[in-house]
Amino acid sequence: MIKEIESSKNQLFQKNVRNIMRAYEIELNFRANLSGQKWLSLQARIKYKNMKILVCISKAPDTTSRIAFTDNNTKFDENGVQYIVNPYDEWYALVKGIELKEALGGNVTTITVGGADNEPIIRKALAIGADDAVRVDLETGDSFVVASQIAAYAKDQGFDLILCGKETINYNSSLVGGMVAEMLNMPYLSLATSLTMEGSTAIVEREVQGGMEVLEVTGPFVLSAAKGLAEQRIPNMRGIMAARTKPLNVIAAVSVDQTAEIVSYTLPAPKGACKYVDADHPEELIRLLHEDAKVI
Amino acid sequence: MSVLVYTDLHDGKASKGSLEALSYASKMNAGDVVAFCHGTLNGDGGMGAFGAAKVLHNATENLDAGQIAKLVTDAAAQTGADVVVFSHDNSGKAVAPRVAVRMNAGIVAGAISLPDTSAGYVVRKSVFSGKAMADVSLKTGKKVISIVPNSFGLHRTDGTASVETFNGDAGSSSVKVRSFKPTSTDGAVPLPEADIVVSAGRGMKGPENWGPVEELASIFGAATACSRPVADIGWRPHHEHVGQTGIAIRPTLYFAIGISGAIQHLAGVNGSKVIVVINKDPEAPFFKAADYGIVGDAFEVLPKLIEAAKSFKSH
Ligand SMILES: Cc1cc2nc3c(=O)[nH]c(=O)nc-3n(C[C@H](O)[C@H](O)[C@H](O)COP(=O)(O)OP(=O)(O)OC[C@H]3O[C@@H](n4cnc5c(N)ncnc54)[C@H](O)[C@@H]3O)c2cc1C
Repeated sequence: MIKEIESSKNQLFQKNVRNIMRAYEIELNFRANLSGQKWLSLQARIKYKNMKILVCISKAPDTTSRIAFTDNNTKFDENGVQYIVNPYDEWYALVKGIELKEALGGNVTTITVGGADNEPIIRKALAIGADDAVRVDLETGDSFVVASQIAAYAKDQGFDLILCGKETINYNSSLVGGMVAEMLNMPYLSLATSLTMEGSTAIVEREVQGGMEVLEVTGPFVLSAAKGLAEQRIPNMRGIMAARTKPLNVIAAVSVDQTAEIVSYTLPAPKGACKYVDADHPEELIRLLHEDAKVI
Repeated sequence: MSVLVYTDLHDGKASKGSLEALSYASKMNAGDVVAFCHGTLNGDGGMGAFGAAKVLHNATENLDAGQIAKLVTDAAAQTGADVVVFSHDNSGKAVAPRVAVRMNAGIVAGAISLPDTSAGYVVRKSVFSGKAMADVSLKTGKKVISIVPNSFGLHRTDGTASVETFNGDAGSSSVKVRSFKPTSTDGAVPLPEADIVVSAGRGMKGPENWGPVEELASIFGAATACSRPVADIGWRPHHEHVGQTGIAIRPTLYFAIGISGAIQHLAGVNGSKVIVVINKDPEAPFFKAADYGIVGDAFEVLPKLIEAAKSFKSH
């Protein structure tokens, strides 16, 4: 019985595809200059309709922030620090999610693990184009705790795609995406520089040791975004206005123990003064690098 | 007691980052160093010479990160290793977080020191894109550590490793590899692992002027890099972009040519041992972070520097 339903469903689907294709061919006659890209995006629309996308968003200190510590070097000194959306999350992961939604329909939810002080950066993500946001109310723990919160939320939601930035610019650990993938038993495509949908297959280009790899994957997956995945978008006035009323749901954290803890911070030793070499005598530089610094 | 190291093979040999991870593991003095690798292996992959006592080898060529994580975890269980070490490179970033979850292990990703076990288990890592360091205490019995390439160096032990086949169950994967494009065809070292890096910025005026930059790099067997705007406008490929939003590197020698030294650029390169700055503006902020500086026009300095480097190399 189930088999029969499946097969008739399949036939219906095939027929539907043929109909769409025919309609498309008619349209083709009107648009002689139709690009291959469009064709692909139509094909993709047939299967990847209404994608449910989750984007992990974290806050990070502005890149020009003075880095200093307080409380006997155990806490980051937030005095005068401006927070931004972590660049990899904003520029690449979020924008890619929005691009996919625009092309294929669907919904982009952002998730942030952190206190209420995260709300400005969450509103920014909504202004750029996310539909709704979730904040897990927890003063951030280690990567494991953060990943556990995201996995606990995503577990029963049926996301087709979970996107995160390749790392935060404050901790540089590159862990959350891979941990979420393991917890949800999904593939993890790290350091992705390109993502396109072909029918029911996602094609991902990613940075691997010594080169770039092109992969195909079916079914839900987690992806970490590297440069190239999308182009940064600046929110416009309409987006900023709309963001004020988009849903931001605060949910309670699940209880998990931290596995790692930062016990203290250190600043690198200051550099000595620069030794100048005359521009007309770079051979002196070579001598210094060889005899003085001993690095060549 | 033993320490397991995940190693990455290229043309049958362990990558430089993997050898560094082996060196790190053998300096831990926490028992035998066992390497796990998969794919095509020649001999012991050069791993015995850097501290591996044993190499566990799985011959499967293309494995997805999830499958590798499963095999690594099984290998750790089989060898009784409580600590697994990775290089914090593109492979490590894909596999290490999964292994940590599978093993219920705390993880330090981006370590730059050996563990300090005098009080607990503390490992130093780089944070704020190289602008600071943090001491991380791991609270779990099992531990995963991934080390920043070039932060520890290679230490030859000149030993030999026995090779054992490891036929674990990798499980299935919904990921298929379509193709692989090497970033450089001539076998040059990848930028994160390079000892010497020649980097240039907007001061070079256009992509057609990169000849001398590449020439200087090739004389020293160095990798080339660039500032962010140079990659953004497409003068150079994205994978050469270093800095806070590009890659962070720690070569022994970094040449910065026609780069102003913005804070975001410095963040990714200030772990370099020696920095040489060539800039026509004596006020360029990069000179404050430099060990050696030449104030001058790159188009005039570079040809002379190249001649000097050539004559040095020929001696
Ligand atoms: C959020 C954020 C993240 C960023 N992340 C990064 C990052 O990861 N990496 C990065 O590099 N930047 C990053 N930037 C950009 C950074 O702020 C600088 O704009 C950038 O590094 C400048 O690049 P540049 O030095 O090549 O160009 P410029 O600032 O234009 O400097 C060019 C330099 O070349 C010199 N020059 C010109 N002509 C010559 C000549 N003939 N000979 C010698 N010298 C010459 C000039 O004196 C000048 O110092 C980021 C910015 C932001 C806001």
